[in-house]
Amino acid sequence: MVPTEEKDALREFAASLKSVPTRVLETAFRTGTPNTDRSRSTFVFGNVFLHLHSVRTHRWSLRWTTTMGLGIMSVSAFLIALVTGVLLMFYYKPYPEAAYQSIKDIHFVVPTGRLIRNLHRWSANIMVIAVILHMARAFYTAAYRRPREYNWLIGIGLLVVTLGLSFTGYLLPWDQLAYWAITIGANIAQSPREVTDALNLTDYFDPGGMQRLLLLGSDQVGAEALIRFHLLHVMILPLAIAALMGVHFWRIRKDGGMVRPADADALLTARPAESVTPVFNEAPVKTYQLAAIVRGRSAAVGRGQENTVPSMPHLFYAELGVLMVTLLACLALSLYSDAPLKELANPSIPENPAKAPWYFLGLQEMVSFSAFMGGVGIPAIVLIGLALIPYLDRETEGTGKWFGGPGGWPLVRFSALLGLGVPIILEAAVIRFGWLREWFPHIPQLIITAINPGTILTLIYALFSMWCIRRYQSTRAGALALFTCFLAGFIVLTIIGTYFRGPNWVFYWSPSDWPKH
Amino acid sequence: MTTTPAASRSRLDPEPVPRRDWLGLSSLWAAAGALLFGVTGMLKLPKAAVLASPSKKFKVTLPESLAAGEAFVPPGRAVAIYKDAQGVYAVSSICTHLGCVVKPNAEGFECPCHGSRFAANGEVTKGPAPRPLPWLKVTVAGGAITVDEATTVPQGTKVA
Ligand code: HEM
Ligand code: FES
Repeated sequence: MVPTEEKDALREFAASLKSVPTRVLETAFRTGTPNTDRSRSTFVFGNVFLHLHSVRTHRWSLRWTTTMGLGIMSVSAFLIALVTGVLLMFYYKPYPEAAYQSIKDIHFVVPTGRLIRNLHRWSANIMVIAVILHMARAFYTAAYRRPREYNWLIGIGLLVVTLGLSFTGYLLPWDQLAYWAITIGANIAQSPREVTDALNLTDYFDPGGMQRLLLLGSDQVGAEALIRFHLLHVMILPLAIAALMGVHFWRIRKDGGMVRPADADALLTARPAESVTPVFNEAPVKTYQLAAIVRGRSAAVGRGQENTVPSMPHLFYAELGVLMVTLLACLALSLYSDAPLKELANPSIPENPAKAPWYFLGLQEMVSFSAFMGGVGIPAIVLIGLALIPYLDRETEGTGKWFGGPGGWPLVRFSALLGLGVPIILEAAVIRFGWLREWFPHIPQLIITAINPGTILTLIYALFSMWCIRRYQSTRAGALALFTCFLAGFIVLTIIGTYFRGPNWVFYWSPSDWPKH
Repeated sequence: MTTTPAASRSRLDPEPVPRRDWLGLSSLWAAAGALLFGVTGMLKLPKAAVLASPSKKFKVTLPESLAAGEAFVPPGRAVAIYKDAQGVYAVSSICTHLGCVVKPNAEGFECPCHGSRFAANGEVTKGPAPRPLPWLKVTVAGGAITVDEATTVPQGTKVA
């Protein structure tokens, strides 16, 4: 009968309409609520974003001391910078003067513009800190060893691109700070000329001049440079970093997850596995075999395999937690302190002191003695040294343990003291007694270029590291010593450059002692 | 029955490349070569043939009151111009260290960025600067003085 049929169809329609939200969710996640080991597995590999993770995670990886969440913190900071950066692009105009005005508009006129800008700044800073700490974590737990050597290299690439993003972003506001920091940066890129000049080669072979020209697109920091930096900052480097991150994460899985000590399982059984496994629903509705994918019955049913737990929720909640903490930190910092904006860039009056972003101030401190060694030579040595670590240290002792390996924590502690002490003494001596040119006014330039306090520091560190290799008969011990020393030296030089250098790069105990004019 | 070459080969030996594959491979390599050639040419793209920078030559009139050995810095230019008994001369005031603009003072010049000091003739006296400040080409025609920032002249060149 027609009327009843009509009535049924209508009712069905209403029922369908009512169930739309549930149905949409169901079709999005396809495999239902993740409340059994099996559905938790399908939840992970049925989702394009989540399936970068493996379905189950080793309990060792979830101890917070294993990673301290630093890698996820780096990604989180990047994502925040990505979102806020795209929002900034609505108003930002990459032309001199217009750029400065548009940042001013963002800061003072655009609704929530200041917050977005602050968030972008702070997330960029947090990203740099997180990336450096993440690298230190990977180093100290010897996570770079076989089979993770290549992922360590990818990590170095990520560090370089992160610093590149910050450096290119620093110019965009086109204020005095930006203009002079980039002038100095571009001239550091040109500093191989110090060597070619001293050897009278510059007319034939000028890699320094070429680098600067490619970076600036002109012989001074102007509209061409701004366009280039903008392009690098919003397109090329973000794409490069995204690609590198993709490989980084993929390799983590292929290399067998997080590094863990050989006796991780023995160390873990101190705590019963049961206390971590169940989260939503204790008993699986059905029984499944290994990896919780294959149906069947076996003795292992209902228990995690090899000390693993389902990634959903154990890993994902931890990751989400780190994202929230990062976001919270960025928000708090953004509300507390505004991104700086000085006067419009003025090419005839340098900002005094002209300081780069803080993480480059250690370099700037070395550069203030000689540009090539401090700005190009030593950074290159450090990067090459970092890249070589996994190929030189082929030992196995201490893998996956903090400060693992011969020497261990006592060696790291001693290296930290030495690494802090030597640059402090060196800087104090140089600040008190002057440097080469003050002692020998007619010294050849090549010597000034080559012998930077940084060079001496590097030599002392390297000798100490060699001594450690012999003393402990272990490359790992040498690496522990060297890495710790460089980290400490970086901190000392950065602090001196940030807090103790004033106008004319003169040493001051505090900015309140700076001459006023 | 004679054994065919195929049968006498070990199964571990590589297969001989058939003619068709050879043709395919060589055209592939030819295409790759052409692409590489083209891309190499395009590598010049980021290096502009003409630099977009303002003119390096400019005219100045020195103030009447300019004392011998006192620097005159034209607004917007990083050049210090002097006039003494032997004539007019110009010294670049772009620091040879990392490009900050140096300030003329009583002894010569000082750089605000990393503390380089220069004597009045441009020689480095202190700090990290690797080269002396270059002297720039000055031409005097009638009363008009032209400075060319792009051309350096030997130290001590003064134009009457
Ligand atoms: C894909 C992601 C990103 C986009 C689309 C983006 C876009 C932008 C834009 C348009 C600006 C100019 C506005 C301004 O100066 O406030 C800017 C500034 C800046 N960016 Fe990014 N950015 C991204 C990621 C990053 C990352 C990862 C870092 C650092 C690790 C970074 C560091 C900076 C810095 C230091 C500034 C200067 C900020 C300021 O003066 O407030 N950016 N970015
Ligand atoms: S730029 Fe002049 S001392 Fe560094």
